[in-house]
Amino acid sequence: MVVAKVDNALRLSAVDRKATFLGLVIGQPLANARAMLPALTVVAANEPDDLKLLTRIADWCDRFTPHVALDGPRGLLLNVTGAAHLFGGEQALLDRIRESLKAQGLAVRGAMAGTAVAARAFARYRDGAVIEPGEEAQMMAPLPVAALNLDHITTHAFRRAGLKTVGQVASRKRAEMTARFGTGMVAILDQALGKSTQPLSPRLPVPDYWKEQGFAEPIATEEVIRATLRSLATALADVLEKRGEGARRLEAVFFRADGALRRIAIDMGVPTREPAVIERLFREKLDTLADPLDPGFGFDLIRLSASRVERAQGEVADFDASIHEKADIGFLVDRLATRFGSQCILAFQPNDTHIPEAAWLAVPAQYVQAAKLPWKKLRAPGDAPRRPLRLFTRPEPVTLLTALEGSQHLRWRKVQHAVAQCEGPERITMEWWRHETPQPARDYFRLEDGEGRRYWLYRAGVPPQWFLHGVFA
Amino acid sequence: MHSHTIAALRASLARPGLEQAAVRLPLGHAAADLCLKGGLERGALHEVFAGPGHEAAATGFTAGLAARVAARKRLLWIRQDFSALEFGELSATGFLEFGIDPERLLLLCVADAAGALRAAHDALSCAALGAVVIEIAGRPKILDLMASRRLTLASAQKTVTTFLLRFNAEPQASTAETRWLVRAAASPTQAENWGHPVFKAGLVRNRHGRTGEWVMEWSCDEGLFKEADRGAVVSAPSNRPVAAARQAANR
Repeated sequence: MVVAKVDNALRLSAVDRKATFLGLVIGQPLANARAMLPALTVVAANEPDDLKLLTRIADWCDRFTPHVALDGPRGLLLNVTGAAHLFGGEQALLDRIRESLKAQGLAVRGAMAGTAVAARAFARYRDGAVIEPGEEAQMMAPLPVAALNLDHITTHAFRRAGLKTVGQVASRKRAEMTARFGTGMVAILDQALGKSTQPLSPRLPVPDYWKEQGFAEPIATEEVIRATLRSLATALADVLEKRGEGARRLEAVFFRADGALRRIAIDMGVPTREPAVIERLFREKLDTLADPLDPGFGFDLIRLSASRVERAQGEVADFDASIHEKADIGFLVDRLATRFGSQCILAFQPNDTHIPEAAWLAVPAQYVQAAKLPWKKLRAPGDAPRRPLRLFTRPEPVTLLTALEGSQHLRWRKVQHAVAQCEGPERITMEWWRHETPQPARDYFRLEDGEGRRYWLYRAGVPPQWFLHGVFA
Repeated sequence: MHSHTIAALRASLARPGLEQAAVRLPLGHAAADLCLKGGLERGALHEVFAGPGHEAAATGFTAGLAARVAARKRLLWIRQDFSALEFGELSATGFLEFGIDPERLLLLCVADAAGALRAAHDALSCAALGAVVIEIAGRPKILDLMASRRLTLASAQKTVTTFLLRFNAEPQASTAETRWLVRAAASPTQAENWGHPVFKAGLVRNRHGRTGEWVMEWSCDEGLFKEADRGAVVSAPSNRPVAAARQAANR
């Protein structure tokens, strides 16, 4: 028996079968329960761990359908529309889920019905039932009002009004109900009776297409895993090709025989459906995983799913080599992104501002779009570059010293450089419309030292401070 | 492809003299091109060592070489994560001003030298790429003779040129085609228009020719190297014996 603190009192939050038999119910204060049965075994509730366990069960349930939603503290809702026939029908699927979970040492109640609310109610009061569509209202009628899973106050109000079963509630006029309890309650009642439905919000994004391969005997060797991925990729490519589409994201899900599950995803810059490309990217990813794929006792199901599907032009026979070149570069970018992460391979884009450090953006090359702005050169033809080749992200504070004989020195990183030439200032004012407090304008100078090194410095603030912002080639 | 076409291709490949005729791209600097027998070899490994404190100059020099060799193709620049803090981030506007279209540039940030070499091998298998620049600071153990041999072979396979840009390091044994030692050179004094990228570039190793040292200026408008216009040549390359230059390099 488990207790948790609710409304500042210790109340029972979960009870096992024996305790139910002895008359204990969820929500009862612990003191009352102790008074009834002094020899209770009490365990404190651990909600985070419960949620973890529920998430793992949900992961395991992913093998039946991708539409798995968490329901409250101890429930799971599965939308098995169109998936049941793969497991021998609805009753067979429900029995299989219940038996497998029981075999894993869990206490399970389950039912199948046309709507989530109805399924939840039947799971509690008609364990193992499969309700055919249209039978909900009839089957629901004898259940107590609590089956609707309404809030405590509404349920209590029904009980005081003498409405003990769902059938009694349903027999009342709608207008009266709406006036007394609001539209929310009536909507739930309609769903419970199978008159209206509400979609589940799945726990994970549902992929657009997927292909899977189950194994009677769990597989563990690398070659078989790769061969499976290849055949799944080929099957998936067929589907995508028929629809003229390609996927930007592919996810391989490995279901281990002991219930553990591993998801590995790859992203692509352009919609792709080439099995060879997909297989190669997965091989790259599997090779570079920080924690390698652990087959344990083997995988009994591997699923490959495609999401972020976009329209992809077919392989046009083209005479222009530059298209091939672009595709080759795209593939290289995907490979490097798979290995190092998409934030590491960058391409440059112009940005519409005159602030030197913000005048360009380094964006992930996988997601780069054709630039809408042109690159604007600052120098006139024949002039020296006006912007340095290497720019310090954080301008480094420097000091300018004037020696006795009038020569100037730049002190940067504890080294003095004699100033040979200097040009400036180029005043750059900050964008006042972006900052709450006004930023000081910067006066930029180009400097050359005795050895020919060229620096880009600025002076800002009151009293003026010098910063080194970049170095020219 | 038909078997007779392959046979014809094989025959043309087997023709003597063809293997020597690797594609070389002129830098634009006459004396240097003479030493390089027409220009920098494509599909080979070239090393650029920055003089201490002259990392920006070496960056510019390598960017210029890579842009020349890559022609219109794209460049991949591989750098280590800390390099942006230590030597400054590569600036797109800086490249634009330098005369290289930033759209041609791909930047890859890696954690260490091992990652950089791995990425370079991936990139060298992509023939659509013009050049790969690997920027490495210090002397990582992994960058040995074996690594340079592997880079050379990979470059030759798909004719993607590799540039190894080294900061804070001394030259060591390698299979590089050329090795350059680069420092910044002073602009002409009292000139109105100063600050063009001028380099004191020492060719300290050249597998197929002589070595030398020149002061080169990168022309941002034309996109090529040329003689610095003040006429101050540091050393006359044609008179200088190769052996002496080699000694200077090994010193």
